[in-house]
Amino acid sequence: MMMETFVQQLMAGLSTGGIYACLALALVMIYQATHHVNFAQGEMAMFSTFIAWALIQAGLPYWVAFGATVVISFGMGAVLEFAVIRPLHKAPELSVVVVFIGLLMVFHSLAGWIFGTQIKEFPSPFPKDAWFGGSMMSPHQVGTIFVAMCIVALLFTFFRFTTLGLTMRAAAQNPGSSRLLGIRVGRMLMLGWGLAGAIGAVAGMMVAPVVFLDPGMMTGVLIYAFAGALIGGIDNPVGAILGGFLVGVLENLIGTYIVGTELKLSVALVLIIVVLVVRPAGLLGRHIVQRV
Amino acid sequence: MTRLLEVQGLKAWYGSTEVLHGIDLNVEEGQVTALLGANGAGKTTTLRSICKHLVRIGGSVTFRGERIDNYSTEQIAMAGVGHVPDGRGTFLGLSAEENLRLGAHARRDRSAVLEDLERMYSYFPRLKERRAQQAGTLSGGEQQMLAIARALMGRPSLLLLDEPSFGLAPLVVRDIFDIMRRVRSEERVSILIVEQNARAALELADTAYLLETGRIVKHGTSADMRNDDAVRRAYLGE
Ligand SMILES: Nc1ncnc2c1ncn2[C@@H]1O[C@H](COP(=O)(O)OP(=O)(O)OP(=O)(O)O)[C@@H](O)[C@H]1O
Ligand SMILES: [Mg+2]
Repeated sequence: MMMETFVQQLMAGLSTGGIYACLALALVMIYQATHHVNFAQGEMAMFSTFIAWALIQAGLPYWVAFGATVVISFGMGAVLEFAVIRPLHKAPELSVVVVFIGLLMVFHSLAGWIFGTQIKEFPSPFPKDAWFGGSMMSPHQVGTIFVAMCIVALLFTFFRFTTLGLTMRAAAQNPGSSRLLGIRVGRMLMLGWGLAGAIGAVAGMMVAPVVFLDPGMMTGVLIYAFAGALIGGIDNPVGAILGGFLVGVLENLIGTYIVGTELKLSVALVLIIVVLVVRPAGLLGRHIVQRV
Repeated sequence: MTRLLEVQGLKAWYGSTEVLHGIDLNVEEGQVTALLGANGAGKTTTLRSICKHLVRIGGSVTFRGERIDNYSTEQIAMAGVGHVPDGRGTFLGLSAEENLRLGAHARRDRSAVLEDLERMYSYFPRLKERRAQQAGTLSGGEQQMLAIARALMGRPSLLLLDEPSFGLAPLVVRDIFDIMRRVRSEERVSILIVEQNARAALELADTAYLLETGRIVKHGTSADMRNDDAVRRAYLGE
């Protein structure tokens, strides 16, 4: 019995961890390219999930709505980079932070204003009686982990094996040298923001069936994702993924055995503080070696 | 001889400081042109100006008969100007081979790209040995080779070389200039090379310009420049 609860919590942790991992990945992508943490990432994901909800309400089949939402969110991220973030590229750090927080509030109120603030149910694409469910894990939990793995695999393939992925990494690392090679750095940033927006949308659609849909649903999730990104090293995608899963598991186990569900969120905050104090570069923080 | 690059009345500013005061300079197709001058003369700035990189310019730059001074840096690169920048521009976190592949990012002729990659490795065997290594861990000389090869991977018709000898041991400098001689005879590329090492540059170049505080003060064939008393005293240390 004890053992069963433990395994169940572990599995549940892996499932939410997958969501944190995706969102952490989105944060890291933008951080690598711009050295800013997009505090609005969670609210953007929430807004995307509302779009998916509206599309489903309008009668679209789940996966069509899912695909459309990913595409729309990609566009939303790209437009945001172009219209809001790019004009700020010479602004001081603090004003960029303020703009991100402003964006967060804009998305928050916009969602409430357009879609209403009462909590809504959001469907899971993985039926309750699906063959891949079991006593330890619900089909939605299994499905979430699977979706997270797919995102990771797709992104890895894209960045590692395609020329476009390579030029995006180059533009993030050394914009000046990239321009001299004819790489359109601005376009790469737009693409990066678009991808981050799309990933966030998937995370939102995966978490909504669990936490229900309302404008505040991503606030906690973003904090966990941020903790995951920090643990892994804010500039390391692999670290962010591992960090995200780790935070999911820790959150569940500590919530179950130590502090209780009410205090779970503070676990993330404590983790963030500990990492920042003990190992600011994160567990896998990358060191770019340079000989001088 | 056809004119590949024609620079007329080129001025350049960092902020409100004018550092080039109207430069005229030509690069003929198939030739190597050297731009010599002391520290701070404006050599790097001249190359940057051609690419509109990090600097504001006035005057005209014509490349293959087309005005490019109103192009963006990216467009100038795509038009066929390869720039090996001051500081080498290494993508430190990428592997050496990824650095090279970046040079060819816009090319669609995949098999030709692979052939070019192998040819770069034949010019610079050291890079082949280090192809999987993170570029930031390469030595200065290797990074210089990487920068040259990366630019060549884009098949430019004009290569701008900013002090390839900078900070390198004499033996490595000789290596690089030997390879540049091979490159000039085997690749269809014209070169504009900036150097403080006037001796090495004049050996490679057909013609040369001498830059002093933002103005061209002399130009002529490499032989003329080598025999010029002022050049010999100031830049060849004779
Ligand atoms: N980014 C910059 N901002 C302001 N001034 C600059 C900048 N870069 C160069 N300068 C100034 O412009 C002038 C020309 O510099 P430039 O780097 O072109 O000289 P150089 O001939 O390449 O010198 P070196 O041989 O030292 O590389 C110098 O007076 C320099 O101080
Ligand atoms: Mg210089």
